[in-house]
Amino acid sequence: MENNTITDINDIKETVGIPLVDNAKMSMRDVDVFYGEKQAIFGVSLDIGVNEVIAMIGPSGCGKSTFLRCLNRMNDTIEICKVTGQLHLEGQNIYDSKLDVVPLRARVGMVFQKPNPFPKSIYDNVAYGPRIHGLAARRADMDEIVETSLRKAGLWEEVKDRLHQPGTGLSGGQQQRLCIARTIAVSPEVILMDEPCSALDPIATAKIEELIDELSENFTIAIVTHSMQQAARVSHRTAYFHLGKLVEVNETEKVFTNPDHSLTEAYITGRFG
Amino acid sequence: MTDKNINTIDLVNKNLKKRYRAEKRFQAYGILSICFGLMCLVFLFTDIISKGTRGFFYHYLPIEIHLDAEVLGITDTNDVHQILGADYTTLVKKRVYEIFEAKKRKEKKNARTLIAIDATGYRIQDLLKTNAASLLGTTITIDALVDDKVDFYLKRLGEKGEPGKEYFNEAQLLLIGKLLERQEGGFNKSLNKTFFTSGDSAQSEEAGILSAFMGSLYLLLVTFCLSFPIGIATAVYLEEYAPKNKWTDLIEININNLAAVPSIIFGLLGLAIFLSFFGFPRSTPLVGGFVLTLMTLPTIIISSRAAIKAVPPSIREAAYGIGASKMQVTIHHVIPLAMPGMLTGTIIGLAQALGESAPLLMIGMAAFIPDVPTAITDPSTVLPMQIFQWFRNADAGFSEKASAAILVLILFLVMMNALAVWARSRLERRW
Repeated sequence: MENNTITDINDIKETVGIPLVDNAKMSMRDVDVFYGEKQAIFGVSLDIGVNEVIAMIGPSGCGKSTFLRCLNRMNDTIEICKVTGQLHLEGQNIYDSKLDVVPLRARVGMVFQKPNPFPKSIYDNVAYGPRIHGLAARRADMDEIVETSLRKAGLWEEVKDRLHQPGTGLSGGQQQRLCIARTIAVSPEVILMDEPCSALDPIATAKIEELIDELSENFTIAIVTHSMQQAARVSHRTAYFHLGKLVEVNETEKVFTNPDHSLTEAYITGRFG
Repeated sequence: MTDKNINTIDLVNKNLKKRYRAEKRFQAYGILSICFGLMCLVFLFTDIISKGTRGFFYHYLPIEIHLDAEVLGITDTNDVHQILGADYTTLVKKRVYEIFEAKKRKEKKNARTLIAIDATGYRIQDLLKTNAASLLGTTITIDALVDDKVDFYLKRLGEKGEPGKEYFNEAQLLLIGKLLERQEGGFNKSLNKTFFTSGDSAQSEEAGILSAFMGSLYLLLVTFCLSFPIGIATAVYLEEYAPKNKWTDLIEININNLAAVPSIIFGLLGLAIFLSFFGFPRSTPLVGGFVLTLMTLPTIIISSRAAIKAVPPSIREAAYGIGASKMQVTIHHVIPLAMPGMLTGTIIGLAQALGESAPLLMIGMAAFIPDVPTAITDPSTVLPMQIFQWFRNADAGFSEKASAAILVLILFLVMMNALAVWARSRLERRW
């Protein structure tokens, strides 16, 4: 009965809604991703606007994380992964064979699903990025970077007295905010978040969501999430992925109230996923 | 329905007893195995320690001796050659005859064989070497070493069957008995310093462990300096950089196979390549170190790779995500996190190397080395070889020395392990 209302995936030819915007920070066109023989992403075209928060939702295995990891070439670490199509960051092709991924990842930072602080002190965790990129010439500069990053991540007040204790000793939510501080310490332009709250309790999640809201003033954020409520709360636009295809992109409010595509509707109303 | 329920719970209860029994049995097997292991260990250690500690001590007979320049044949106290070449044997012999009141030839022979004349002579020589001028012509008291057979006998006095008694004739036993009855100036048993400060010797009372100990130390130093960096570099490259293809598979299989090659084969390899082809000096810790490096490398590589594999991928991702290059990820994160595991592998490898004797046999480290080596290019022997050589020596004094040497070897191992544990805990505290 339900299947009648859900369009066959093979019928999806084009993304509905507004995948493209005018002031794009990153623009992707016809992106295909293969893991060996298996194709994981089928011809996705999407723009991410300046200082926009875009949420990517969809059932497990729909390719939303894979797509996110293309945006700073984290997929390079997987040998069998192959990416085709045009992916541009401010007009620069990020899959150019001559492009160095080190500066790219400094511009496009990433926060992961599980909090993964380095087994070092809180200070060293935040200072690691600036240190390897040579952003601070003097110790005082580094102290300042660490403090501002921790402040922006809303962690400063909680850890300022124990900066030199191990970062792994913090609670899960604090660890995740530490990871965010670590990411913004190198002042990236885009922050990619791969289900940043899936390992956290509701209170910690609320803090992170608040933080995302504040960060969107200065950063462009792409967030993958399993929680539709979260997508509804934090994002400006929402992209719905289904079996490797980008089905619909629209203003978040529209996606959750009156989606254009029947698959999107089926997903957000909980008929599958 | 109710009936069926009762039946089920009854069945479960019946089975429970059986399960508990099985559980208890399973635990008992474990406890039995541990007990067996402990028993073997206790047996081994009490045996080694009771025999080995004997080797650390020796019996001395304090004698007053007049350093007669005439008997010694020294005319010029500044002439080193005269002091080194002086006739200490005659001096000591004469004094020994006096002490035992030996006048006839047979009596003299009896007395002579109770004291280690040569070894005592060397002690006097050592004293004169430093200040001949002031000592010559005076009477000094010196601890003369007793003969190794006497030492053997004295150490076992009161044991059943009086072991060592068969070495002596009636007259000699009488002489020993007289000395034993003395309240003062009789035999005294003290730490055998010679054992720790000198090299091997044909006479058991003069034989020491130092040359073998230093040989082992130099050997391990060479092995560590080569195998640790090479092993870790190999492991890091294979884990982090090497593409996965049939060549790397082949390399991996070969490394694993190398770990299972009998060690004497490595000795043959060392003989053929390092000695015959490259012409490195024979019997030296340098060549021994090369050979043992080949032997320990597979152990270090395999355990280091396991340690690198165990570094959580999330740490790598985190570093990559900030924009660290591959080398930075490896040096800043992977190696420090894998270091404790790498050290464990290295210590296992080095402990193997320390106890190894077969490959060293092939490159001539089994020679009789009386001199203490001072460099990695000096001929030397190692502790296991020294133990083996002493054990197969028929002299009673030597087997005791061998037991003592085993204790030294074990102590060496314990020290090495302690060092590793300390290094590891330090590394772990940093994180």
